[in-house]
Amino acid sequence: MRSKDPKLLLQPAPILRQGMTTPTAMRDVLLALMPALAAGAWFFGLGALLVVAASIAGALAIEWAFTPPERRAQAIGDNSALLTGLLLGMTLPPALPMWMAFIGGMTAIGLGKIIWGGLGTNLFNPALLGRAFLLGTFPIAMTTWTDPGAAFFHIPSSVLAWPFQSPVYDAVAGATPLGLMKFEYKGSDFLNLLIGNTGGSLGETSGLLLILGGLYLWWRRDLDWRIPAAIILAAVLFSGILYAVNPGKFPGPLFTLFAGGFWLGTLFMATDPVTSPLTPRGAWIFGLGIGFLVVLIRVFGGFPEGMMYAILLMNAATPLIDRYTQPRVFGRGREGKAP
Amino acid sequence: MSLLSSLFQHSFSHGVHPEGYKEATVDLPIQRVPFVSRYLMPLGQHIGVPARPVVKVGQQLRRGQMIAEPGGFMSTALHSPVTGKVVDIGPHRHQDGSFKLAIEIEADPYATQRMEPQPPKDWEAMPMAEFVSEVQRAGIVGMGGAAFPAHVKYSIPDTQHIDEVLVNGAECEPYLTNDHRLMMERPEALIRGTEILMRKLGARRATIGVEDNKPDAIALLRGLLGGTAIEVASLPMKYPQGAEKMLIKAVYDREVPAGQLPRDLGILVNNVGTVVAIADWFDRGIPLIERVVTVSGPGAAYPANLIVPLGTPVREVLRFCGGLKEETREVVMGGPMMGAPTASLDVPVLKGTSGILAFTEAETRTGTEYPCIRCGRCLEACPYFLNPSRFARLAKARLFEEAKGFHLMDCVECGSCTFACPSNIPIVQLIRTAKNNLRSRKP
Repeated sequence: MRSKDPKLLLQPAPILRQGMTTPTAMRDVLLALMPALAAGAWFFGLGALLVVAASIAGALAIEWAFTPPERRAQAIGDNSALLTGLLLGMTLPPALPMWMAFIGGMTAIGLGKIIWGGLGTNLFNPALLGRAFLLGTFPIAMTTWTDPGAAFFHIPSSVLAWPFQSPVYDAVAGATPLGLMKFEYKGSDFLNLLIGNTGGSLGETSGLLLILGGLYLWWRRDLDWRIPAAIILAAVLFSGILYAVNPGKFPGPLFTLFAGGFWLGTLFMATDPVTSPLTPRGAWIFGLGIGFLVVLIRVFGGFPEGMMYAILLMNAATPLIDRYTQPRVFGRGREGKAP
Repeated sequence: MSLLSSLFQHSFSHGVHPEGYKEATVDLPIQRVPFVSRYLMPLGQHIGVPARPVVKVGQQLRRGQMIAEPGGFMSTALHSPVTGKVVDIGPHRHQDGSFKLAIEIEADPYATQRMEPQPPKDWEAMPMAEFVSEVQRAGIVGMGGAAFPAHVKYSIPDTQHIDEVLVNGAECEPYLTNDHRLMMERPEALIRGTEILMRKLGARRATIGVEDNKPDAIALLRGLLGGTAIEVASLPMKYPQGAEKMLIKAVYDREVPAGQLPRDLGILVNNVGTVVAIADWFDRGIPLIERVVTVSGPGAAYPANLIVPLGTPVREVLRFCGGLKEETREVVMGGPMMGAPTASLDVPVLKGTSGILAFTEAETRTGTEYPCIRCGRCLEACPYFLNPSRFARLAKARLFEEAKGFHLMDCVECGSCTFACPSNIPIVQLIRTAKNNLRSRKP
């Protein structure tokens, strides 16, 4: 027993908290992405990791530069810039020059997050905004794909291109399954789509490992399951109808799910809490919209892949969705009137 | 069986699942705290108008004697917790840090403190108005923590009728075991009080709602209640089950409309402690002069369930329990989710004090507050289906009127949102700020 009174704090109730904090949630997502990243390195070699590293470096550099010194430790420490850089890197072509990836990372955080007021205030998914910027700025480099299976330690010369110099590609340019489908009506081997042994962005190809990561997040309760469920539902329904109409021209539901960036977008981008609706009903509307748009863009749009624009478009609709799907308050009617 | 029954158990939506932390005191019988030398009875121990003193400084008091009469309808009486004399009537420090009028009583060290046995009151023959005034004169308030004067709940307008009496034994706050022990040790008084309320209010049935983490209490009450109109509802553990409207939702699957009271649905809800106090007054003539308090928490040397005379300084209660551990940083009066921290150990135990909890560095450490990432966990926690994250955002911007438009005043400050927030945002504190600001405005 103590002899003197302790200096008592007046921390208001509730004293108890559940264990999860924002940085640990971010760390969970980073962890969940590791298997898919490892698969990307396995299929595309060390160059892919360098691209990711450049993107992360760009993201962290701009976060550091534009945060007031006294808040830097917290802003970097919450892992959000690291995660944005990693997510962006995983959506980039494996042979993209590192300097472009660096600029992409800077844009993602600078224009995607900081300019809106920092973490939690941005309207669009920062990583996808960075990717959209890169696609608009470097359209050729962003659509030059390499086939998987190169030697691990062989780094494509384009990755190491000098800043602001046009890259020289040493490998024969390949094609993505979505490109093959769109322009040549050719399908791809499903097993390769599943494990990721196809052309494409360096972290998006392995559907299996991305689903594994998604399941981990769901188990850790970091993920609103309604959004992926709604995206899958809408994509399968819409592509299924198209496939039933003309199987020769339109891809089937299974191909839709496992080609391109579907799983990376569905499980890791669309579920970003900041840019998705807060309300459960809103999450369903948001997911259904993405699922519909991604098939629409892929099949009828100019690009072979539509995941990025589908998510960005629905991001723009998020405040509106939130406004119209506010939950009914206990003891009140839908309109908020007390009966 | 348990899986099957849990499927058919009703509950309310949302809410959170904090750890129970009840092991430390759940099996400890209630002990009586010895009398100490000084007692402090604040005049405003309940919601509503403070009581009015009827004693003078220097006056001798018997234990159980009325020392303050109700100051109005929304007010109750106060009684002396000990035999002794009044030494002061003046401002004293209150639990929330403010100074409020209180009667200070010095116990007579040579008195026996025994109360004369009283004949049972003939409550059945009493007109309802007299019954209500008896409850008011007994100083009985809601013992769950809010301390709402009990007689106000029993004053039913002629246009309404109570069909159901619901006894609140949920005790959803972690650490607290005072209601649990009361159900275990005084089940007869609990049943007696329930019967009195049923008969006087003309209710057909009564239900005692108990969370299923108290299987012994459920079994004991069910054994005693076989064949009566009182039943025990076993409720799946969830916070805030003990909130009146949530308990009604869980037991009857009915929603009390916003702005209405349970009595508008024909339901009367009373805490276990309140019902026992009713039985004590009408059967034994003992007014509300003491209550059961759980002393627990990681900073308490010897956790205990205690009968504490009202007005006993917290310091004396803690001393009886072996004091505070060296690492104590905060002392909370009430439960860890809705209780209030106290700045001084000299404040007294009040009618609404259900627990005295001592917390250490580990529980009170304020984690870094991160920006809201709109994860929506607070929405999934809020049992009133409000949007706490929006309240927090609006309160920080001092847009209180806007928050009011989103039904800020429907919030009961249960703290579920703050418990669930991964960004450590003090949501419920921001909500309190907004509500206080709105209330203090001149119309």
